[in-house]
Amino acid sequence: MQLWLDSLIAHGVFGPHPSHEWVYTIAITIACALVLMLVALPFASIVTWVERRVWARIQSRIGPNRVGPNGFLQWLADGVKHVCKEDLIPSEADARLFKLAPYLVVLAFILPWAVMPFSSGLILADLNIGILYITAVPALTVVGILMGGWASNNKWSLIGGIRSAAQIISYEIPAGLSIFPIVLMTGTLSMQGIIRAQGWAPDRWFIFANPFCFVAAFIMFISSLAENNRTPFDLPEAESELVAGFATEYSSMRYLFFFMAEWGNMFIAAAIVVTLFLGGWQFPLLTRSAVVMNALQFVAFMVKCLFLVLVSMWVRGTLPRVRIDQMMSLCWKYFVPISFINLIGTAVWVAIFPDGNAIVRWGMLAFGVAIAVLFASRVITFTRRSGMELYLRPTI
Amino acid sequence: MSAFHTEEMTLNMGPQHPSTHGVLRFVIKADGEVMREAIPDVGYLHRSIEKIAEKVGYHGFMPYTDRVDYVCAMFTNQGWAMACEKLANVTVPRRGEYCRVVAAEFNRLASHLLTVGLMGMDIGAMTPFLHALREREMINDLIEELCGARLTFNYMRIGGVAWDLPPGWREKALAYLDHLAPILDEFNSLFSYNKICIERLANVAPISAADAINYNLVGPNLRASGVNWDVRRDLPYSVYSELEFEVPLGAGEWGSQGDAMDRYMMRIREMVQSSRILRQALAQMPDGPVLGKVVRNFKPAAGECQVRVESARGDQGWYVVSDGTAFPQRVHVRTGSFAAMGMIQKLSRGLMIADLVVLIASLDVIAPEIDR
Repeated sequence: MQLWLDSLIAHGVFGPHPSHEWVYTIAITIACALVLMLVALPFASIVTWVERRVWARIQSRIGPNRVGPNGFLQWLADGVKHVCKEDLIPSEADARLFKLAPYLVVLAFILPWAVMPFSSGLILADLNIGILYITAVPALTVVGILMGGWASNNKWSLIGGIRSAAQIISYEIPAGLSIFPIVLMTGTLSMQGIIRAQGWAPDRWFIFANPFCFVAAFIMFISSLAENNRTPFDLPEAESELVAGFATEYSSMRYLFFFMAEWGNMFIAAAIVVTLFLGGWQFPLLTRSAVVMNALQFVAFMVKCLFLVLVSMWVRGTLPRVRIDQMMSLCWKYFVPISFINLIGTAVWVAIFPDGNAIVRWGMLAFGVAIAVLFASRVITFTRRSGMELYLRPTI
Repeated sequence: MSAFHTEEMTLNMGPQHPSTHGVLRFVIKADGEVMREAIPDVGYLHRSIEKIAEKVGYHGFMPYTDRVDYVCAMFTNQGWAMACEKLANVTVPRRGEYCRVVAAEFNRLASHLLTVGLMGMDIGAMTPFLHALREREMINDLIEELCGARLTFNYMRIGGVAWDLPPGWREKALAYLDHLAPILDEFNSLFSYNKICIERLANVAPISAADAINYNLVGPNLRASGVNWDVRRDLPYSVYSELEFEVPLGAGEWGSQGDAMDRYMMRIREMVQSSRILRQALAQMPDGPVLGKVVRNFKPAAGECQVRVESARGDQGWYVVSDGTAFPQRVHVRTGSFAAMGMIQKLSRGLMIADLVVLIASLDVIAPEIDR
């Protein structure tokens, strides 16, 4: 690429005497942006297909299986369908804000990919305040949703927008407070720095570092469900109460943008939890080859993230929606105080055990494994008791 | 707080709204999320069914009764048939009565499955709805074998039922009941006893026993408030006096008596009792004809009659006046959903918008039954 740029400069494409560094910087920025767009947007779309298939199995249906192998290209078909539909703007709506809102939401979902730590080398910008950036930027969503809800000039949309504002802003607080225990332990806000402070083995993950972090991980995950308007906190679009919430008046691609951002944000939320608590891309050092190691780390990171994405799909297939007052009381009466206790508890913990405590780490790991085993055995018991045959074949 | 100026907002919910179960309309006066009042507006599904009866004659009206309440059409069939039989003193063969009970109780199962599933969907969980509909489809298959239709059955006739049970049907029905019992347990553990579900339903719009009687609530809604009344047991019709079953009552285990959770659980418990009735009816069913001798030119003597059946939505009254001709002079159906709609305005005061959806679903209001 450098050779190509040099030849372009020699031919005078960028003017008679351009600064080589500026040309390189701009070219690399554009190239990275393109790569991210080309990864992030299809990724969010493909997640819709995964979700529809997973959800269908939970509900004893088959799900989309017509377009492409196992319906894999369904997301393309949906996209084409939405592009072909009429882009309707209500005559009473505030047209400019109405058009702007979906772009803000999509922006809020594209920007965090800049600091997404896929592996030790694959990261666009290892900002020294990366974790602050990745929690702050998705909050732009609330601006977009509120704007869309307001500009639609529809009362149902307005209620959806207001609900979303109340919900996202409230749950930012426990989510933010759950980051600080990790920052206390690592002393850095950089995504890579936090991951480097952990190890590939689960006992070195921060979720098992001490009991406070264990709780913080769950609060973080639940809060991120709420921030992304996922079930059981999908009140802003509550289809049985508010028709479609903030998206009621939207159609065509603008409607799709909202939902693409929602599905993409699932991945971002999972990535935050994985980075903070589940060891990020950490992988045992198997080879000296940087390329192979980076690939393995990438796979480790993606597997962990996709697992959490699947959990949030599973939650969506299982739980009903909470009421708005219950959602608020959950946040302010339980999550915020517990988050503060976690913060103070971790501070005390770090003061007592500056390097952590191996016994507690292994104890917490055993506790976590016990919970997982108990959960799995319950699932197996209930599956057997229901007498329903499981469709485990993915190729139906 | 007096400096904080709030304004009442008028919201129009329906007739095209996803959770109004057909075409209901509510004018909601809301203060933010909290409703001051929800005023029901009925009449969007009025098809003059009662008037049609005066034009098509006694036999010809039977298919129209399916449309009175298409979610449980067997009961409307049965109500009309019983009213005509009472007018003309027709006796139904015993096997015919048993066929009616079997068909009706299967229909009650189907109707209650739809209700509990819709409750899931209305509070935001799609999975219980699809699980419930999966079971309902199997009942529809059974009923389809019985009468050829899955929704508007037109199965009963004046003097009995149209067709006897097909060969092998009894075994299929019993196998289905065996299959349903664990599914109901699974449904309960998946959804009914879910913490969020209980939080959403308990203590929502409790109805006192006195209010339930004053507002004319019937069926499961009435029993959820603790009023022990079931037409099948207290004014036995058909062969219900020969069958043994319990009438579940709401006790407010999760919140207060007569709240949405009680009304919801009433459906689950009635499904268990319906299964019990079905097992007995299928076992006791005598042999013989299913349709009595009824003249084609059906002209009951002048007079009037009122019959009551316990439909899935409660006590359903059929009032028929005959003037001795081939056409009834007046037909009136008294349905439970209409009375329940009347109560929504009172119950909605102070609820949240999300609770109104729960209230409608818990009262099991079905649009065609309100308007006829």
